[in-house]
Amino acid sequence: MINHNSCGLCRIDIENLSVKSGSDILIDDINISLHCGELTALIGKNGAGKTTLLKAILGERQYSGKITFVSHTDGKIKRPSIGYVPQYMTFDKSTPVSVADFMIACKSNRPVWFGNKKEDIKKLEERLSALDCAHVINKRMGDLSGGELQRVMLTAALDPLPDLLILDEPVSGVDAAGLDLFYKTVTSIRDKYHISILLVSHDLGLIRKYADTVVLLDKTVVASGEIEDVFSTEAFKNAFGYLE
Amino acid sequence: MESIYSLMSVIPFEFMEYGFMKTALLAVILISPLFALLGTMAVNDKMAFFSDALGHSAFTGIAIGVILGLRNPVISMLAFAVILGLAITRVKESGTASTDTIISVFSSISIALGIVILSRNGGMSKYSAYLTGDILTITNGEIIAIAVVLVLFYIIWIKIYNKLLLVSINPSFSASRGINNRLMENIFVVMVAVSVMLSVKWIGILTINSLLILPAAAARNISLNSKQYHFYSLVIGLFSGIAGLIMSFYLDTSAGASMVLAAAVIYFITLSLKSKIR
Repeated sequence: MINHNSCGLCRIDIENLSVKSGSDILIDDINISLHCGELTALIGKNGAGKTTLLKAILGERQYSGKITFVSHTDGKIKRPSIGYVPQYMTFDKSTPVSVADFMIACKSNRPVWFGNKKEDIKKLEERLSALDCAHVINKRMGDLSGGELQRVMLTAALDPLPDLLILDEPVSGVDAAGLDLFYKTVTSIRDKYHISILLVSHDLGLIRKYADTVVLLDKTVVASGEIEDVFSTEAFKNAFGYLE
Repeated sequence: MESIYSLMSVIPFEFMEYGFMKTALLAVILISPLFALLGTMAVNDKMAFFSDALGHSAFTGIAIGVILGLRNPVISMLAFAVILGLAITRVKESGTASTDTIISVFSSISIALGIVILSRNGGMSKYSAYLTGDILTITNGEIIAIAVVLVLFYIIWIKIYNKLLLVSINPSFSASRGINNRLMENIFVVMVAVSVMLSVKWIGILTINSLLILPAAAARNISLNSKQYHFYSLVIGLFSGIAGLIMSFYLDTSAGASMVLAAAVIYFITLSLKSKIR
């Protein structure tokens, strides 16, 4: 198994995770281990339960089972901290909230309608410039392009550095150059830090290029492991047809 | 209260010679900032229909008070509005129908039920004053109640605003940062319910929602960030409240409706400025 940092010992375990809605079982008995320094792609047909699984991990849905984080330094077990880059931004585009408002609201308890402190803005500018979007700091969130919004959300998701970074199909409305920059950043984060990355995507080409392991979901985990192994299973062919 | 009134006597206008106008002005100065604050988020969350439903629920609240034999229906109004608000968010969360539809259903039920109970034996005319409101019926005790709520809600707003903002932008993102989305929404809903119920008697069931929505909607047109949004909403809310009150004094019209008209004029002015500002 490929691992991109020297550790690979920190681990997020999802054990026997199930989600029910009334008497319907949405996802059933899911077991996945995510290691730090690894990018795991979560794939599956529409309705296979990817979103439900994410919502359970995010704590938005009730579930049975366990989600734990085991640190390599002290072996302590806790709930993982999560950074999340959403798929859609459904907020009202005319909302007067600037990028600075949003980012500072993530970090600070001082209400952003008091106005933002100069030193906070300066720090934020530095962080945003790492992803080539310092110029959007005073723009309204609703005025950003798809790529800018994605990089802003990634910057927010990485501060503070989470145990698990979830990228929810973060490609819609993003140009090729923006996408490239986004994944370069994600890759360098994977290589540098002790965090696990979970990518939900339909883009199998993208997964081939960037993912280390794949989990194929259809209500439960039907295949998982190295990319080519999963891509050659019957379950994969049933879900996606034959690959090129 | 006396010292506030004597202080207000220095305002050199004819309408200020009347005691009831002093009380009314004081009420407007207290209610407007409260509505301006909550309006910023009510508009954000596409919750405009929600406060409308709450306003309508006043009738059922009064009716419950009548049935229970309460002397002051404000308690039953508050209780019913809070329960209704929490029920709407609960149903909204389950995602079975679109939010607007759910709110319309609740809104229809709560106005119809109230009217059915209150109109029994032809007693409706007693309560029809609630439809348009009467700002001159405010008592000193009620002014104090609003002042307390205003201070309390500003403190809560300072505490929860950043979290509420993240919930309104993306609930999954806010959940990932450990924010309790449901708790935040419920706090907000209760704040709106309490504010609407405390002031619906003077502003009127038919117009109270506009007073909540219009200043914030106007401020949105000309704001780029949260600070400007709050500032403009407050200024526009205060200005239209005071202008509407003075207008109603000289034209002998309903104060609530006059305030709404003033706010609507400002809304269209800001709408025309929108393209210049952004």
